[in-house]
Parts: sequence; C-alpha cells; structure tokens
Amino acid sequence: MLGTRLPRLEDPRLLTGRARFIDDIEPPGTLHVAFVRSDLPHARIADIDVAKATRHPGVAAVVTADDLGELCRPGPVLVPPPPVEGAVFHARTPLPLARAVVRYQGEAIAAVVADSRYVAEDAAALVGVDLTPLDSVGDYERALDPDAPLVHPDLGSNLAARVRQTKGDYEVARREAAVVVSRTFRYDRGVAAAIENRGIIAEWDGGGGSLTVWDTTQAPIPVRNGLAALFGLPESRVRVIAPFIGGGFGPKVMFYGEEIVVPWLAMRLGRPVKWIEDRYENFFATTQERAQTHEAELALDGEGRILGVRDRFVHDTGAYDSYGLTVPINTQCTLLGPYRVPAYDSAFDVVFTNTPIVTPVRGAGRQHGVFVIERLLDFAAREIDLNVVEIRSRNLLEPHEFPHDHGILYQDSASLTYDSGDYQPALEEAARRIGFDGFDDERRRAAGEGRLLGLGLACYVEGTGIGPYEGARVTVEPGGTVSVATGVGTQGQGHFTAFAQLVADELGVDPARVRVVTGDTAEFHWGTGTFASRGAVVAGSAVHSAAVTVRGKILAHAARALEVDPTDLELADGAARVRGAPDVSIDLGELALRANPLRGAVEPGTEPGLEATSYFGPAAGSTASGVHAVIVEVDPDTSLVEILRYVVVHDCGTVINPMIVDGQIHGGVALGIGNAFFEELVLDEYGGLSNASFMDYLLPTATDVPDIETAHIETPSPLNPLGAKGVGEAGAIPVAAVFAQAVESALRDGAPGLEILGAPLGPGKLFELRRMAPTDAAGAHS
Amino acid sequence: MKPAPFDYLSPRTLDEALRMLAGAGDDARPLAGGQSLIPMLNFRLASPTALVDLGRVDELAGVTHRDEGGLTIGAMTTQRVLERHPDVALRAPLLAEGAPWIAHVQIRTRGTVGGSIAHADPAAELPALLLVLGAAVRVSRAPREGEPEGRIERTIRLADLFLGPFFTALEPDELITAIDVPPPGGREGCAFDEVARRRGDYAIAGVAARVRLDGQGACESVALAAVNAGPAPMLLREAAAELVGVPPLPDAIDRAATTATAECDPAPDMHASEAYRRHLVGVLAARTLTTAARRAAVEDGS
Amino acid sequence: MTAGSGVDGVPVRVRLNGEEVTRSVEPRLLLSDFLRHGMGLTGTHVGCEHGVCGACTILVDGEPARACLMLAVQADGREITTVEGLTPGPAPPGPDDPALHPIQRAFRDTHALQCGFCTPGILMTTAAFLAETPRPSRAEIREALSGHLCRCTGYHHIVDGVARAAELLAAGEGAS
Repeated sequence: MLGTRLPRLEDPRLLTGRARFIDDIEPPGTLHVAFVRSDLPHARIADIDVAKATRHPGVAAVVTADDLGELCRPGPVLVPPPPVEGAVFHARTPLPLARAVVRYQGEAIAAVVADSRYVAEDAAALVGVDLTPLDSVGDYERALDPDAPLVHPDLGSNLAARVRQTKGDYEVARREAAVVVSRTFRYDRGVAAAIENRGIIAEWDGGGGSLTVWDTTQAPIPVRNGLAALFGLPESRVRVIAPFIGGGFGPKVMFYGEEIVVPWLAMRLGRPVKWIEDRYENFFATTQERAQTHEAELALDGEGRILGVRDRFVHDTGAYDSYGLTVPINTQCTLLGPYRVPAYDSAFDVVFTNTPIVTPVRGAGRQHGVFVIERLLDFAAREIDLNVVEIRSRNLLEPHEFPHDHGILYQDSASLTYDSGDYQPALEEAARRIGFDGFDDERRRAAGEGRLLGLGLACYVEGTGIGPYEGARVTVEPGGTVSVATGVGTQGQGHFTAFAQLVADELGVDPARVRVVTGDTAEFHWGTGTFASRGAVVAGSAVHSAAVTVRGKILAHAARALEVDPTDLELADGAARVRGAPDVSIDLGELALRANPLRGAVEPGTEPGLEATSYFGPAAGSTASGVHAVIVEVDPDTSLVEILRYVVVHDCGTVINPMIVDGQIHGGVALGIGNAFFEELVLDEYGGLSNASFMDYLLPTATDVPDIETAHIETPSPLNPLGAKGVGEAGAIPVAAVFAQAVESALRDGAPGLEILGAPLGPGKLFELRRMAPTDAAGAHS
Repeated sequence: MKPAPFDYLSPRTLDEALRMLAGAGDDARPLAGGQSLIPMLNFRLASPTALVDLGRVDELAGVTHRDEGGLTIGAMTTQRVLERHPDVALRAPLLAEGAPWIAHVQIRTRGTVGGSIAHADPAAELPALLLVLGAAVRVSRAPREGEPEGRIERTIRLADLFLGPFFTALEPDELITAIDVPPPGGREGCAFDEVARRRGDYAIAGVAARVRLDGQGACESVALAAVNAGPAPMLLREAAAELVGVPPLPDAIDRAATTATAECDPAPDMHASEAYRRHLVGVLAARTLTTAARRAAVEDGS
Repeated sequence: MTAGSGVDGVPVRVRLNGEEVTRSVEPRLLLSDFLRHGMGLTGTHVGCEHGVCGACTILVDGEPARACLMLAVQADGREITTVEGLTPGPAPPGPDDPALHPIQRAFRDTHALQCGFCTPGILMTTAAFLAETPRPSRAEIREALSGHLCRCTGYHHIVDGVARAAELLAAGEGAS
C-alpha cells in the first residue's frame, strides 16, 4: 500500500455532504454567540453599556472582561522562543476579552449570547461601547521610530524581540568577496483564508462535571489541556473534538480567546453555546501572517560561490506575540536554502503594531527567507554573467555533506541540521522539464511576435516534521476491522487514508477496513497537533510503530492458535496464514476475540487484546527540499501576467500516497500564487484594514492557477522509520521568488533594469514598476 | 453576517408592487435579484425597513423584440437569460458578449438587468454596455397624493440616468420596468473588453464600443463607454467624436484611445492607481474600437 | 423556522431534493441557513456569506445559485437541489459508504478534494455545467469553476475530476 495512489477513504462522507463540520453540530437548546469587536486599531475602553442589549428579546447574556473575573488574564506564549544567546523577547499575549484597552481592530470586547445568531447580531449592535481613540501604529517599518505610538506602553518601545544568529565571519567573507550584492526586500503576506471559518461549540454536563468542546482546532489536545487548567477540571473531564475541518493552514493551531469564552458561557448558562466565526470576523480575529523588510547582502567569489550572507530584517508581529518567534526564526533559518553558506550574520527585530496578531500561515516565514536569498542569487548571477541554474548549481550542498549542521538554532530549539538530501538531480530535473536550455531561443521567437515570455526557477528547503512527539493506538477489533486513534487533528491532508495505508501494510488488511480517528481527546489524548508539515512524519511514524507492535502480537497469538512457528506466518487478506499453505489460517477478528478471553488463564506478562500504543518523537526535523520552475507571459499592454507552465520537483523522502502528496503540492503552489500575485491585506498607517472581504482580498481561482507538473526525488530521511519528510508547506514557499525572476526575464529586453524586490506583485504594481524603469515604454497609451 | 430584520412584501403585479413601494416608506427597498443588495444586508451595510420582492411580478421578466427591430428587456430578466437568449444574440449581440463578464454564472442566474442598472455601480458592466447601445429605461411609479389614478410612467435615456456612484435619476417610489434597446443600424459593430484581477471580478477597467460605418467606410457614429473609470457609468463622448467622419484606421483609433485616457475620470483604489486605470482605458478603447470597426466592416448594412 | 426575533413567519413552499416542503420562515432568514439549520441539509456549506466563495452553491430550478445570496422567502415556488439531492437514493445508516453520483465518484478517483468544505458547491456547479457542456475542454472547465474558491487543492485535481466526470457521464454510467 505504501506508495500507491489509493483513493481516499474519507471522501464518500465529504462528497455526499455527510461529513460533519463544526457548524453542522448543534446540540438541542444551543445558544449562539456574536462578539462585539473594536472598530478602532487602538483605543481606551471608556465604557461598555450592555443594558439595552441584555434586555433585547431572545438574549440570554451579554458578558465583558469583568464578568470573566480570574479567567481574564493573558494567555501563555504557545511556543517558547529558542534559547539564542543574547536574544531579547518580550511576551505580550491577549486577554480573552479586552479590558481597558483595545490594541487592534477586531479585538473582542464583549460576547452576546442569544437564541440565534441573527438575534445575537441584533443585540451586539445595541451594546454601547465608548472607545476613546489612542494614537496607533500600523506601519511596522515605523514602529521603532522614537515618536511611534506604543502598543504596550509598559515596554517603553514597540520592540517585541531582537535575535541575532551568526556562523563564520561575515566581515571577512565580505572583504574577500569579488562580488557583493545588496538590496532591500519587502515581502508581505496575507490571511490563511481557510474556506471554513473557525467555530466552537461547548456543552457542560453540570451533574457529571464534564465539558465537551467541538473546536476547529489543529491542536485538540493542547486545547483540552489548556481548558482543563483554566477551569480547574481534571483533563479526563474535558473532551475536545476536532470534527472535519474545512482547512487549517496554520491559524487554527492557535489558542484563541473565543476558545475560553464559549466554554465558560456554556458552564455559566448551563446550555450548549455555539460560536461560528463569520468571514468578516475572520479577517481580524483569526491570526495572519504579514510583512517583513529585509536589508540583505550576499558576498560571492568570482565564480559565483557564496562566501557569506548578511541580513537585517524587521518582522511585524501585530499587537501580540503569542506564537513566540516561530515565523521570523523560520525566515532566518530557511534563508540558507540548499546552499553552502560559510558565513551568515542574521539579525531581526520583531515589532508590535496595532494590527491583528501574526502567527504561522502555511510556509510560516520560510517563503520570506527564500525570496531574499533567491533574489540575491538572481542579481548576483547578472553581475557575474552566470545563468540562474548555474549559480545555484555551484552552491548546492552535495550528498556527502549530510547531515549538514548550520550551527544556528531552528524553531524547535534544535540546531539547524539538514538530515539528508540530494539537490543537484532536482535542479537538473526542474531545468530539463521547464526547457531551460532552449528557452532563450523560445523567448526571442515569442518576442518577435510581440509576446513577452519569461522563465523563473528557484530552490528551497523546508524544515519539517519537528517534535516533540505524537502517539497512536492501533487496535484489531473482534469484527476484523482495525481502529487507529491519534491525537493530531486533520484538515484535509488525507490522514485517514495515509495512516490506513501504513497500518494495512503491516497487518495485511484492506485499507478500507482500517478506521482512523483523529482529533478526539476521548479517543487519544497525548500529542501536540498538526503544524509544521509534521502529521504524516511524526504521527505517521507513531502509527507505523504501533502497527508493528500489533503485528507482533498477532503473529504470537496466531502461532499458538495454528501451532506453527511465527516466522512461518504471513499476514494477508485480513488473516494470519501459513506461508505456502494459505488454507491454514485464522482471521484477525477471531484472533482479537481470543486475545481477550472471558474465562481461563492469561499468561503472565501479556496484555489482553491485539492493541498497541506507540509514540514517536524525532530528535530533529527532517529537511524536505525542491525546485520550482515557471514560464509566464506578460501582456505588454495591460501588465497582466499569465502562468503558462509550472513545474515542481520535490523531495519529501518516502512517499506514502503520491496522489495525496501531489495534492498537497498543488495546493501549496496555489497559495503561493495567491501570495505572489493576488493577496494583500490593505492596512493603513494606523492599522485599519480596508479589504476585509473576499470581494477585495483576492484568492486565486481555477482560472488563475495552472496545471502543475510534479516530479519526485526520494531521499529517505534517516530520522524516522518511514523515511518520510513533510510536504504540507513546500508548494507555497518559493513561488514569489520564482515569479519575480520570471517576470523580470519576460521584461528583460524592454526593461533590463527592472527589479522586483517585493511581493505581492499585482498588475497595478507591475505597471508602476515598468513606468519607473528607465528604458521601458510601458505600452502605447500611457 | 446575518441581515437585520425587515418587513417583507411580495406583490404579484406591477401595480401592486408600485403601491407597496410607495407605501412602505423611504427606507424600503425593492428586491430584484438581490445579488448586490443581499451582501449589503449580510454585512449590515444596509438595513432597509422593508423589502418589496419583485421576483413574482411576472410581467417584469422576459425579452421581447419590437416591430422596428429593437429589444425590450423586462427589468427582472436575469443576466443569465441575457447571455443565452437567441433574440439578444441576434439583435443586441454586445449584450450577449458582455453578459458573461458579469460576475460568475451563479450570480448571473439570479442577478437581473433592472437591478444592475438601478444599483448604478460604476464598476458594473451592464450600464456601459447599454450606454453604447443608446438604451433607455422605462420607469413607473404609483400616483402620489393628489395625482389621478393609474400608474405614472416615463422613459429615461441611459445617458441621463446615472448621476454618480450608486446614484440615479430614479425617485424612491419609481421602479425600472423594462429596458428598450434600439435596433442595430446598418454597418454596425460592437465590442466589449475588460481587465479584471480574476475572472468574474469587477473590472479594474472596461470599455464597450459601438462603431457604425457609412458607405465609404468612414465612421458614421461611434459610442464608447468605460467601466470603473469614473464616478458613474460614463460615455466617453470626446474620444468617440474623434473618430466620426474618419475611417477607423489604427492611427485614428490610437488618437481616440489617447483621448479616452484623458477623458475618463478614474479614482485610485487598492487594486489600481489612477494612472494604471487611465492606461487600461486607453488600451481597451483601442482594442474594442478595432474589433467593433472590423465587425462593422463585414456587416452588409441591410 | 424563524431567525429568532419573533417576527411573523412567511410561508414558503419549495420542492427540495424532489420533495414538497412547506415551512414558515422569518423574511430575513438566508436560504443557506434555512437549508442547513431549518431542513438539516448541512451538506451545503457557508464560507463567506457574501457570494464569493461558492461553498453554498445549490441548484435553483436547475441553475446554480448562491444560497447565501438568497432569502429563504425568495425560494418560494422553486425547485431546490442540494448536494444531498445529488446522491442517488437515501444514505445508508451508519458509517457505510453511501452510493455516489458519477461526479462524486470522479472526484474521489482524481483526489479532487482535500478538506472537502468547498466540494458540495463545486459538485452542484459541475452538475449544471456538464448538463449543458457534456464534453468540455480544460479551459472551459476552469472557467466553469471560477466562481468557487478552494484553498486546498490548487484546482488541478478538481479540473481532472470534472473531466473524468464528463467521461463517466458520457459513458452512461449511473450511480454505483
């Protein structure tokens, strides 16, 4: 089964509308919540008058921070920053409901509970919130100005963190360099925009003292643990269920204020309480990823070999920094790419602004770093007169250099060490598939017909599959089906199928007979969650390991039952049978019954049932890698860019299900295309967001994303038994870098000096760039 | 994102609809296809006290052709019908060409011609298409106090209808009942093109063109209208005038296009600067005029 | 069903997945909420409530429309089909796989869905599209899908799925 394109087992439920998503769940008597949120990016809350709203017919309660009492305290920093020497980190995390001050537009101030969401919204409009505007800072590049308004005045500045990591001696590298290229890059990012917004339903059983919470979370177990601690309940009395989830992409891993307020309301009111985020709220209340500005410099020798990189960047974390330093550390580490970089001096400032909170979104800062190094290599290639493939080729790490320790710390606090890889074949394969060698002729031919074609190609690595650990339980049921339970949530990654494939291989059963349950703490309650491209790697390894143990138990029981040596047995077609004599066999279901005897003696030291629980914790993440290549056509008159071809050559180690892996890559590229070309949060200098709708925040559609040609290179990871590496984020990471290079290539003749130093790049911005480029005519009618 | 409460009125005849609209007060709104109004209700950007649903007023829907060859399009005709109706393809092919540019099919199946015009969105395609065709709207209202029985009707040329962004010459108690499109005359050709960020989005800029040639191949009349290039759906009269009396050769078309870039009056927004919009109006004017002239040239004029 | 504000209900009669139903609804109730919470047809999903994402797409008199951009009262007298009406026959009880429409089978075969949230709307658009365009090109398929947002798949496999569905339907394959 491993490596086969097995159609997904979860699909029939999803295709028929029978899969239950959060808003499909509604216990009898459920009340509905609407939040009152700040319209202003920064203000003092002078007064909240809930009287009129509370009296509104159909309203059960209107609550504010004061009603929450003890619960209204800042949440934890979810990911502690890595212990980089000399690093500064000021933790500022939000309250479940704002008290006294709001620090970003959309921060929740009050919750209205009513018979329906309609009435809750009616009443929310009646809550009198008296806000006194405060000066605010929306532009992260100005956040450290001496006169900048302060987001957290007690800190005395808007500096949230300052981290410097170095290896080698960049100053020496620079002195010895034949070529030094430096530029300033601005890379913006948008919202995750899962098509399903967030939602929470809580039900309190006062008699039994137990709380059940359905939650669109990527991390049900940490949410369960957090709620138990907050409410003083034993963890076993809190059940968190992540149902089918309509896309995660990062922000659903956060622990949000709504996840505290809604269960608290259910406990207080003794009724089930439900909150479903709407799309407008999602643009503020769900975390986002946003901009960084890099001043970066690349030093090379005369042959284009990298001697060193220096980077100084500013990262906007929004009003709080609840997710630690994951995003900027990812940027810092991923910038090094698949290259040999002898000297690196990278420092960043994280700044607070009066804008929604920034946490990882698919890619999680990696694409920012990739954009910087890939663009610098492109500019260096021009100066040295190398082509874009050659300059990369000369700098790739070679197979004998693995494991490769970069000597700086990664987001998981482990040293940034690449476990394995083989980069040169991927680069060559991508160049071959996109037709790099003949492209210049093709470009000139097209130019003769007035068409502007450009080619782009870029490399990346992705640290995936990080710890700490995940677990899984595999059980052969008496009916012969196999149950698998694991703690990770699933948001469309095909875990139901991939895990079934792993188990099916070990136990010799049809994957359709393997029932996988994820994200229900009543089924499995150890683990951390789905993030950092780690589900298949970490939970998959745990599933595999549990299945191996169960296989051993099956063989032992079957050997006794059939009176043969275990080594003479094979597992196939749902039975244990004697090799060469398949008629001598026993069904797994029958074995499961026998393994749980009702009478008689059980041998000392044995466990009942055909069941095992295993855990897997990798010492470090496995490093996936790849190369993307694209051909674009730029309309010379309108500056519209069309993607003609897109090629991805990717190495995610052992592939469990190629169809699912291709799907992950396609989706990542689409998100990357969105970020490179379409998606932009339009924030004003005060932090106000002016495009909080799908009318104005543009996600790419089927006519914007091309067919994507994929090819796989497999260098198995030595760090887990499957040899797997993560794939969830890979597609999104290098897209903007590839596009920038391709668009410049298309405009090379008309505007040789045109440089793309930022993302996203819509046609309007490209038009302005072409207008500024000295030798460009930018069409006949301007 | 749920609408605030409102009263709901569901007339079956035009007279009933007009009476209900007149009687429901200033904050009542007619509900046509709802594809612009309902999003505004959901965002609570609009909170009308009452909606008068025109969806069951059968006399408002349908496309008919008049004896002289023109079309009368009922206000509640959906954009999807416009896109596929054989009479439209024959007598006003520009509407059939332009309709697929309006949002997505799932919107066009509900969105109506009358609703789109009354909404007067400067970024909408239909007003520009109808402007270059020289269309007019038929408008009705119930008699006001002191007026005699019987509905009051008037006709407003499209060119006189749009006064500003989302603002028309319609009175609050008036309804558009139908749109009259004149018949194509002689050697006439039309074209529409737009630049949008994505398929189905409102245009960054769009241009509709109509060119009629005389016997010698010179432009006898020209109409040009721009989408999202001014505060209201607008005709580009100076640019069109530039071509009248001359053959539609590339130089002349380029001059007209250049005039169009100056004559339009676009505002910047998050998707495009003013300069980019002007530039696109020029590009699209040249493209659509060229296509329209080519199409006119192959008409035999009978 | 009311939205809960005590306003008098307006009667609505619709033919819903082949069955006549009559309910009294509050005028402001969105058709999407009526279907999901009033009729329990939760296969129609809600992603943006302003008509852009397409997750709530249903068929109204056989043509695709956004359920979030219609009031339930506007559906009076109409024929409505949701994803539940696409699947042939009643769903079996329990966890067993239900019968699949050829479009649904094609989507499964081609991995045309990941989280599956946008999928029901896309299936409804596809049903109407293929009825009108039985042998579409990939470009036509992309155009037909352009009114839907999918954040997971990158669309490539969805285009494959629609193309495969066209093949299955052309081969006269009924429901499995």
